[in-house]
Amino acid sequence: MYEKDGEKYFVVDSHMHYWNAAPDNWVEGAENYAKGWIECFHAYQSLGPAETHWPIERFQKYSEDDLMKDVFDDGHVDVAVFQPTYLKEWYSEGFNTTERNAILAEKYPGKFILNTRWDPREGDAGLKTLRANVSRYGCKGVKLYTAEWRQGSRGWKLTDPDAYRYLEACQELGITNIHVHKGPTIWPLDKDAFDVADVDHAATDFPALNFIVEHVGLPRIEDFCFMATQEPNVYAGLSVVIGGLMHARPKFFAKVMGELLFWVGEDKMTFGSDYGIWEPRWQVEGFVDWDYPSDEFSDYPRVTTATKKKILGLNAAKLYGIEVPAECRLEPGEGTPAAQDDAQLVARA
Amino acid sequence: MSTILSGEAQILAALETVRDPELDEPITSLGFVASCTISAGGAAQVRLRLPTYFCAPNFAFLMVADAYDAVSRVDGVRSVEVVLEDHFAAETINGGVAARAGFVRSFDGEAVAELDQLRADFLRKAVMAGTDQVCRPLLAAGVQPAALVTLTLGEVPPSRALDRLRQRRAELGLPAGDDALLLIDPGTGARVGDDAVPLHLRRARTTRVSVDANAGICRGMLWHRYHARGEGEEET
Repeated sequence: MYEKDGEKYFVVDSHMHYWNAAPDNWVEGAENYAKGWIECFHAYQSLGPAETHWPIERFQKYSEDDLMKDVFDDGHVDVAVFQPTYLKEWYSEGFNTTERNAILAEKYPGKFILNTRWDPREGDAGLKTLRANVSRYGCKGVKLYTAEWRQGSRGWKLTDPDAYRYLEACQELGITNIHVHKGPTIWPLDKDAFDVADVDHAATDFPALNFIVEHVGLPRIEDFCFMATQEPNVYAGLSVVIGGLMHARPKFFAKVMGELLFWVGEDKMTFGSDYGIWEPRWQVEGFVDWDYPSDEFSDYPRVTTATKKKILGLNAAKLYGIEVPAECRLEPGEGTPAAQDDAQLVARA
Repeated sequence: MSTILSGEAQILAALETVRDPELDEPITSLGFVASCTISAGGAAQVRLRLPTYFCAPNFAFLMVADAYDAVSRVDGVRSVEVVLEDHFAAETINGGVAARAGFVRSFDGEAVAELDQLRADFLRKAVMAGTDQVCRPLLAAGVQPAALVTLTLGEVPPSRALDRLRQRRAELGLPAGDDALLLIDPGTGARVGDDAVPLHLRRARTTRVSVDANAGICRGMLWHRYHARGEGEEET
């Protein structure tokens, strides 16, 4: 919990990791990819405040103690959601697997929500693994990375027939939260890999599932906004938005937040630190203090304390059924509704 | 051109015409040109760099191919080598462009079409973002949104943003002359109806915000990666 000026914020970090990207985990022959991936992540970290930058060695493999301190002791986070990313073609034991996350989730009960993942290209075997993970860990959410490389394939789409089999399995198994992360490759490579149209289709066809588009579809924020405003079950995952822009590009951050508040609305935006890319502390503290920097932004929706409470934790708590202490809840009627008028505006066009 | 440019300056000037299709900005001002040289015998050499090892290969291919074409057109250039560095698909892209193989042949089995469609999609985004750039000052000066419907390009005060919008529209084959309407659908060229103006302007603004935010992130990542300015890079 974070307290400022008498206001109490329940903080759910809805997107964070516990990875091992050190050279001892690089697949022989794929070292360049493994190295390139973690260096790319490290470059993202450089967009945060200088005093929060880590040397590459620590960044490649941080410890359990680092994580517990940065996220919970210093980071104000009440509950953190582990989002696995496998990348087993590049990392021998996987970059950040369900099993690796489970070590911490089992050791610190109540601190973590343990999500798993699936990949439609794994067919029946993958479905079996998904079922096993759900029965063993009680997963309520999955993280999907559509750009993952697998046996010569450069990625997949949510609308692939096999992906629908997995989405059906999610419904059946009680998985309700589908976190989607787009990356730079897909099949075929001539298409825009960051296109979110497949999320649009899947969200329409699976209305009982919530689709949280991580990094708000970056670099396709506009396509994401136009899509999310029309789909009641599509959410904006703010990982990278706060971490990558609030400090480095405050003016663009204000504009992106304004756009998201306008199209998606404050009820469907969730904070995620993307730890270990960025520590949550400066993000939480900075966001609580944040407002539009000038009148130039007067035509964007206003940001209130209730807005921040929802984004920092209450929205994600609702998605995951996390009990929020009474002192951190909103009063009935507090907070403005989502951007319904604008959704109508789009539907009419 | 009346001024006499050195060989290197001519190469750089040619590279200034090459844009990142996603960010709609010259690869020079973005800092993507690590170096460009030309020998006494007319052998031009360009080294390109991108913000990450995993930048999307389709856009990377377009930039390398466009750079190759632009430099080839410079007077006195007898041979061209464009090398993309530090990228997962560098070998495929550099080899494919040098062999004039096109995208599908370069990425054998991984692509089904050339990149014209992709380029056009992003030009349409550039037109939307450019529409915001042109309209925002007009709105700030008190022009009512409804009045924009009938405004022609010739009636808009001259600016760099307007030139750029005209150029992007022309590239797409959309009307770009003085009597063309300012507000058009970038897909069809059709005029924007009175009722649709507020939404059109909002979409234009969102598209511009997205492109600007992406460019900001890319610049930050590139700086972390190289800690050195590129040829012709502009600080922002």
